[in-house]
Amino acid sequence: MMVDQFETVIGLEVHVELATESKLFCACPNQFGAPPNTQVCPVCLGLPGTLPVVNRRAVEMLVLAGRATGCAIAEFSKFDRKNYFYPDMPKNYQISQYDLPLASGGHIDLEGKRVGITRIHLEEDTGKSTHMGASGRLGGSDFTLVDYNRAGVPLLEIVSEPDMRSPDEAHDYMVALRDILRWIGVSDCKMEQGSLRCDANVSIRPPGSEKLETRTEIKNMNSFKSVRAAIASEVERQTAIRREGGRIIQETRGWDEARGVTISMRSKEEAQDYRYFPDPDLLPLTIPRERIAEVDRSLPELPAARARRYQQSFGLSGGEAGLLVQSLALSEFFEQTLARGADPKAACNWLNNEVARLAGEAGHGVEESKLTPTALAEVIAQVSGGTVSNRGGRTMVEHLFKQGGDPAALVRELGLAQVSDRDGLLVEVRAVIDEQPTAVSEYRSGKEKALNSLVGQVMKRTRGKANPELVKQLLLEALG
Amino acid sequence: MRELTGPEVDHVAHLARLEITLAERESFGRQLGEILTYVEQLSTVDTEGVEPLLAVFARHDVLREDVSRPALGPDLVLRNAPEQEAGQFRIPRILEES
Repeated sequence: MMVDQFETVIGLEVHVELATESKLFCACPNQFGAPPNTQVCPVCLGLPGTLPVVNRRAVEMLVLAGRATGCAIAEFSKFDRKNYFYPDMPKNYQISQYDLPLASGGHIDLEGKRVGITRIHLEEDTGKSTHMGASGRLGGSDFTLVDYNRAGVPLLEIVSEPDMRSPDEAHDYMVALRDILRWIGVSDCKMEQGSLRCDANVSIRPPGSEKLETRTEIKNMNSFKSVRAAIASEVERQTAIRREGGRIIQETRGWDEARGVTISMRSKEEAQDYRYFPDPDLLPLTIPRERIAEVDRSLPELPAARARRYQQSFGLSGGEAGLLVQSLALSEFFEQTLARGADPKAACNWLNNEVARLAGEAGHGVEESKLTPTALAEVIAQVSGGTVSNRGGRTMVEHLFKQGGDPAALVRELGLAQVSDRDGLLVEVRAVIDEQPTAVSEYRSGKEKALNSLVGQVMKRTRGKANPELVKQLLLEALG
Repeated sequence: MRELTGPEVDHVAHLARLEITLAERESFGRQLGEILTYVEQLSTVDTEGVEPLLAVFARHDVLREDVSRPALGPDLVLRNAPEQEAGQFRIPRILEES
């Protein structure tokens, strides 16, 4: 009998560009977006007679990333040459780490699931080639332009165990990994700029089987969304082949975003074809145990642990807490707002809604805005005390985000103070009841909604300055 | 002595991006076989308990601080380029490998 249901098996290889000042083996600046070939020297150009020297900060960042993901750090490690020919690699070999990676045996915890990390090693990035010509595609291009600015930029290669069982899990792993790496400040992890890249190894097998079957490697996934879509499409392709009794071929396939399918690129090299050997230009690395202990002491509380603490201590939902730990700066802002007396739930709502919207528009986080935790705590106090309406609070936050200033003065300047004067409002309430006999009789005959329209009329008469809760209460009393 | 087969020689030549003639393929197969047989003598040595030699110098941990220096500048970088365009190296189109 033919099996037609399969279990998906996914492992991810993630490349992360480290946010160092200089490249991995030379002092060229490591900066995204510079004009072509302006960040290149004889070392990263692979000129004869040059020698690479390892960037201390890059090693430290790897150790930090390794410990943040529960990896063991190798006490002895070395660099190897991975030999292959491609024009974006001027030396015809890439300096990488083969059998003695700096970190191994870690994990990342997802919601109810642990994904193993096989290893993390340090290697150099390649240059960037642009295929030119009529078709704009690799196959039909007439010539290629090469920019070596990226050649030699330090990369972490983070290899997971084949522990993921669905495109969603692969997506969630990527997000969790990105959150950790940003949190500890080793990379900005921007998939659209290529500082976070991902290849997926995908295979399928009959349920219950423990065997790893022939896999394909998927490349060219340029967003978190495309990681999920590309793997889902590849699983579908492999399932269709297996249902027809066909065989999966081990190969590299590229994700075609526009067409929503993966396309065969080339047959996969075997590791032996890379002829790895220890790079004789570089000396081994030893990481003293005391140094690892120091890193452990310096590690901040990580996003997943912090989100759990927010849920337990402040009664936030998983989603709310998850948004707050998207960046260390946002989470620190939240905690500083609480330290100034704000209610956690209110602070969370303001940061995740109004402030997140403003940050999205501005293209930067709250930490780069003019809003301070003290000012946000003050706005929250004004709103909860009824001095300012919710809408008034939003106006204040927008103003404070863009221009800063003193919240109390802002209430006066912008005329945001709510009218909470009972006697004054009662005059308006009575006037509305006289003017709107239809709505009044509708309400009295049981149409609850008519009350909202009466509240709206009072708000209109007070040009939005009345405290709506108080208006509602006065209306109920007057109509009761 | 083991000779390398024709396909094995072709594979190695391809990895090194060398074009070889049929006659060379035969003589290289023989010569590479001789080299391998010679080197294989090493596998008869008992290495039980011997640490692998991973680097030939006794020194380790030679690191540089993460400080950047101005780069070479595109004029110098491209001086030896056979062809250039818009500040980049211009190279023949890359053929898909099968």
